[in-house]
Amino acid sequence: MAEQSYRDAIKDALREEMRRDERVFILGEEVGVWGGTYAVTRGLYDEFGAKRVRDTPIAESVIVGAAIGAAMGGLRPVAELMTINFSLVAMDQIVNNASKMFYMFGGQFSCPVVIRTPAGWGQLAATHSQSFEAWYASLPGLIVAMPATPRDAKGLLKRALRSNNPVMFIEHARLYNVVGEVPDGDYTIPFGVSEIKRAGRDVTIVSYSRMLHVALAAANKLAQENIEATVIDLRTLRPLDLAPVIESVKQTHRALIVEEDWVTCGMGAEIAARIGKDAFDYLDAPVERLGAIEVPMPYSKPLEALALPEEKHIIARVKEMLT
Amino acid sequence: MINTATVANIQPATRDATLSVTREQGLELWRQMVLIRRFEERAEQAYTEGKIGGFMHLYIGEEAIAVGALAGLNPDDDVVTHYRDHGYALARDLAPNALMAELYGKATGVCKGKGGSMHFADPRKHFWGGYAIVGGHIPLAVGLAFAAQYQNQPRVAVAIFGDGATNIGMFHESLNMAKVWNVPLIILVENNQYGMGTAVQRASAVPDMITKALAYNIPAIQVDGNDVLAMREVMLNAAQNARRGEGPQFIEAHTYRWRGHSMGDPQRYRSKDEVEKMKTRDPIARFENRLLEYARATQDDFARGRAEVERVAAEAIEFAETSPFPDPAELYTDVFAPEVTNG
Repeated sequence: MAEQSYRDAIKDALREEMRRDERVFILGEEVGVWGGTYAVTRGLYDEFGAKRVRDTPIAESVIVGAAIGAAMGGLRPVAELMTINFSLVAMDQIVNNASKMFYMFGGQFSCPVVIRTPAGWGQLAATHSQSFEAWYASLPGLIVAMPATPRDAKGLLKRALRSNNPVMFIEHARLYNVVGEVPDGDYTIPFGVSEIKRAGRDVTIVSYSRMLHVALAAANKLAQENIEATVIDLRTLRPLDLAPVIESVKQTHRALIVEEDWVTCGMGAEIAARIGKDAFDYLDAPVERLGAIEVPMPYSKPLEALALPEEKHIIARVKEMLT
Repeated sequence: MINTATVANIQPATRDATLSVTREQGLELWRQMVLIRRFEERAEQAYTEGKIGGFMHLYIGEEAIAVGALAGLNPDDDVVTHYRDHGYALARDLAPNALMAELYGKATGVCKGKGGSMHFADPRKHFWGGYAIVGGHIPLAVGLAFAAQYQNQPRVAVAIFGDGATNIGMFHESLNMAKVWNVPLIILVENNQYGMGTAVQRASAVPDMITKALAYNIPAIQVDGNDVLAMREVMLNAAQNARRGEGPQFIEAHTYRWRGHSMGDPQRYRSKDEVEKMKTRDPIARFENRLLEYARATQDDFARGRAEVERVAAEAIEFAETSPFPDPAELYTDVFAPEVTNG
């Protein structure tokens, strides 16, 4: 077990799978010579060359579309989209081709393509600070992974590269420098298995990606006041494993979902509905959600900070739920 | 270099005197065109009887393009086409029974009844599907062509679509990257004069589709799409060039759609006179004349061939009618491919 950054864990997953499987190649804007806008692919061009680490024009539709076609043709493409905001330009490919292919053609062929893209923010204003995971998670036929830790990022990405299905692999720009323990050797993490990160009797906090870390920090502070939270990391949003959430809510009787997306029609809406159905009799308080304020993201630093949920908001909301 | 020399301009006499195929090959191309037409006429009838639903786009009048183009390719060259896909599927030798059953939404359909008219596919025949978002399949063909290049396989991929799709962004993104990557892609544009009901000159800034290929430095050629041998010839050349590593090739085939854009199109955008005039350029009748004149074909050959095609089309209808609808449990299958278990 060694310490590694989220960025390096992803890079290692790519490197190991490219060494293991000749069919794996990377395509995207600035993934090669530049080394990746967020430096995730730095060094891979030198090791694997221009054939397998392919710079593309700024043309997201054909980046994703050609990746799907290459997957149909027997390869294992990794399409990197510079940010999730640009995935909207490739939406038709993701929605109408990747997620439909296996079903629409009667199960004759699938397209095992991995689309890697970071969500995130950082004074980038309205069009560069979005989080569309709920849109993608709404699609039957598309796997959506959104890891929070270096260990999960590596294990889920390696799993994605061995999957027979298209995978939307959503990273987070503010997590790339986060360091965590990563197991030695080859390992994968299955889709659709949530993880209990912390057990507590008073409230169940459900989260994923960067907000998981905020939730864990809040839980530690709450513990100092003798409020014990269970914190659950969803890890993949489709398939969505809510069994541990339901089990936990039956013990704690309270649930809070924390996401970075706008709460309207976000992941929290889906999760709250399912808790309401499967744990209705156990709830002592309404299921609560915390997410981004429903405005386009502003540029100005203090305004941007106001738009996102923080540790203090989680603490305050949990206390409200307990009173 | 753009090549605007049109095969159609080459004097027919010099070409037809030898044909470019044997008598048997010629009769086979003719048979495929007649099969497409009769298959579709039977489907059209079934549609009006309410046995086929949804959108159905008929290919009648354009048969020479699919038949000639696929005759110029190897059976393992990858085909990705638009939603007007019946002709290409039949020309690629997908079973008429399974195709008609697909139109009927039956369990025995080529896609188990889940795709319908616009989504015929059979990967065993490198027929990767009809796609129904205009232009959305062109990037897939770029990827298939890249996969062949990456694996050092001699396959080419062909992307097929209409003139209307040349105005959408994915067309331009695809041509650009295909050229930058120098992949063995053939772009085949069926210019049938209308994108749905909008005439080419009302939708495209340039009247000739090949001009758009020029923007990306892709060799391009125009061809009479109602001439099955000319189609075959330009495809043979394009495939040879692409296979040799010369990168993407572009073919613009001129034709005319006899039926509406899809079933139920009132066709207010064109006159009956125009349609009747264009029907005089029937690719099947024209080819029959050439076979009679230059290939010692006889009316008996055609009569026998038509009877055989009639039998195949009738059998397809019979098969579709008597096949069962999918089991209700099929609703839930095929959403995800089986996951690996050793990962």
